[in-house]
Amino acid sequence: MSSSENKLQNNTLLATIKKIVSKQVFIPIAALLILVIFNLAADPSFFKISVDKSSSGDPIMSGFLVTILDNASELAILAIGMTLVTSASGGQDISVGSAIAIAGSVMLRVVCGTSARPESLHAPIIVAFLVCVLVSMAFGAFNGVLVSYCKIQPMVATLILFTAGRSIASWINNNQLPVVSDPKFGYYGNFIPGIPVPTPIFIAAICMIVIALILKFTNLRLYSQAVGINPHSSRLNGINPQLVKLLTFVILGACVAVAGFIKVSRLSTINYAVIAKDIEMDVILAVALGGNSLSGGKFSMTSSILGAYVIQFLTTTLIKFKVSANAIAAYKAVVVIILVVMSAPIVREKLGSLKKKVLSRKTVKEVA
Amino acid sequence: MKKIAKILLSAAVMSSMALGMTGCNSEKKDETTKAAGGETTTTEASKSEEADKTEGDTEASSEEGAKTNDGELIKVGIINNDPNESGYRTANDKDMRETFTKENGYDASFAYSLKNDEQIAAAQQFIQDGVDYLLISAAGTAGWDTVLQDAQDAGIKVILFDRTIDADESLYEASIVSDMAKEGETAVDWLSSQNLSEYKIIHIQGVMGSSAQIGRSGALDSKVAAEANWTIVSQQTAEWNAETAQQIVQAVIDSGEKFNVIYAENDDMAKGAVQALDKANISHGVGKDVIVIGFDCNKWALEELLKGNWNYDGQCNPFQASYIDDIIKNGAKQKVVIMEEKGFDAATITQDDVDKYGIGN
Repeated sequence: MSSSENKLQNNTLLATIKKIVSKQVFIPIAALLILVIFNLAADPSFFKISVDKSSSGDPIMSGFLVTILDNASELAILAIGMTLVTSASGGQDISVGSAIAIAGSVMLRVVCGTSARPESLHAPIIVAFLVCVLVSMAFGAFNGVLVSYCKIQPMVATLILFTAGRSIASWINNNQLPVVSDPKFGYYGNFIPGIPVPTPIFIAAICMIVIALILKFTNLRLYSQAVGINPHSSRLNGINPQLVKLLTFVILGACVAVAGFIKVSRLSTINYAVIAKDIEMDVILAVALGGNSLSGGKFSMTSSILGAYVIQFLTTTLIKFKVSANAIAAYKAVVVIILVVMSAPIVREKLGSLKKKVLSRKTVKEVA
Repeated sequence: MKKIAKILLSAAVMSSMALGMTGCNSEKKDETTKAAGGETTTTEASKSEEADKTEGDTEASSEEGAKTNDGELIKVGIINNDPNESGYRTANDKDMRETFTKENGYDASFAYSLKNDEQIAAAQQFIQDGVDYLLISAAGTAGWDTVLQDAQDAGIKVILFDRTIDADESLYEASIVSDMAKEGETAVDWLSSQNLSEYKIIHIQGVMGSSAQIGRSGALDSKVAAEANWTIVSQQTAEWNAETAQQIVQAVIDSGEKFNVIYAENDDMAKGAVQALDKANISHGVGKDVIVIGFDCNKWALEELLKGNWNYDGQCNPFQASYIDDIIKNGAKQKVVIMEEKGFDAATITQDDVDKYGIGN
């Protein structure tokens, strides 16, 4: 009697656990939890958040958690666009870093005008930002056309901009490195006086809300998934696969513009060779960590964004533990391999069936 | 059947040749960039992109002058890297163009490329044109022997600047280079002259393995090993990236560790570090809590020095033209000329220094 009750309870418990584990969002959350527990065990002060005054006398929140949320903003914003591109085209855009250099360069060009060291802003920041969004979307469209209409592999198509982007960026500003002296320009990458939370966190939140609304009220999710799973059948169902692919690249372009804006605002200047270097790999990783299939089709936006935060959490943890300069990439690689393998659909299926077997054996024993 | 075999064979031979050639190329391009200007090596492909733009950019800048005044002018062929490569290179090229003018008695031609093979082709062109001097800042270290031999046979004197190459010393007159290790030592000596009771240093490194990183890190490492009161709080690479530098310093601040020196291996990274200090309300600069050290002498960085926000900036001298001018006019005294490189102290720097030594806008 009691044993059967037990079994029943066990079963419902198992079912709920299984339900949670089988959710896509489980992997990034689990990874986040592991990192949190690890840091908590190693040094509880990791989670201390304090409000101090900056040198300009404004209140500022500081602490590792704030730093992570702050620095992950660009990654999270880019992950939004990359998830859509991955879903619809079944490939990745590797020109994100170079495109950020272009976006940042355009931004500074408009703000600074012709002089590299302007005393005042030559154009309102909002105007510069809009121009920067337009240019980035145009470059996104360029990638999109190559992928959708010319049917070039996304990675190969975006290789063009990947190699040329930083040269284009330096050419936009005549190879000068403009420095903006107006403190207002720095608000968007740092703090707005009086508000202790870093501005990039707000910008990232806005982007997330916008994309959530878009996914809720338009057919973007359905269309891009349909195109990613089977472009032919989606065409037969009245969706234009080329247009959808192009659209995802343009959306990524908009994300790039926002990320580029934050990046140049952080330092009020730009260095074409190193700005957002290798960020494309981190973004693709975020998408993969989210358990999304890199060959297109279904996707979970929440998981991708969480993946971005996991990566920044990991980076900050490694920096905090002063992992030696040469080894930092290796550590990251090991963790990433484990996470990606864990989140691969095949491995999860195998693990699931293995667990079932073990558990069923147990219950058999119990019954006996 | 035989035919097919023949075709296959020839295809195999061709592809192996192609492979061999690409092998050579990548080897030649295998170079570490000069860290100056805070630039890392641009990607191989973007290099070729830039090189394409400037390819065949061999221009005779003062052709008319040469015609009117043929016997007097010294003909020099200058082979340089693309001035767009970095702020350092831009300053270097500008210096060259300002020194080798008609007024100074030169008839200069310029060729730019970031590719070794294109540079060698340009050198051959200059030899055919019969220049008197060949000035080379080589993109890669290998493959120069033949062309230098040709130059010697034709009685052309070769002077290397900024970068050395793997060739016999007899093939060139002189080589004018920066000593990165000395740059580091000068900075470390300055730091030790500050007589702090304790040195707790955040060391932000450049791209690992680049000559600038090795030289500048080496000096600090050996000093820290030798002195008891010098400790490294954190030593990590930010790969010349300001933002990564900011994150590294932020992490040290967040963990509450004390430090009083920031040793950043270029100006950009020092700037990122200072940004983190400002956020945390840690005072820095002359007579403040934290000493900030940068390298490369960008103009904006020297201005920070002038304002007293930073303490020291080490020079990486892009101005080799005067040395070359001296060698051409007075003959070479030694094979390897190491340029004098200054370090600027915020306490003594003047506006003149900023205007004279600052790189960039």
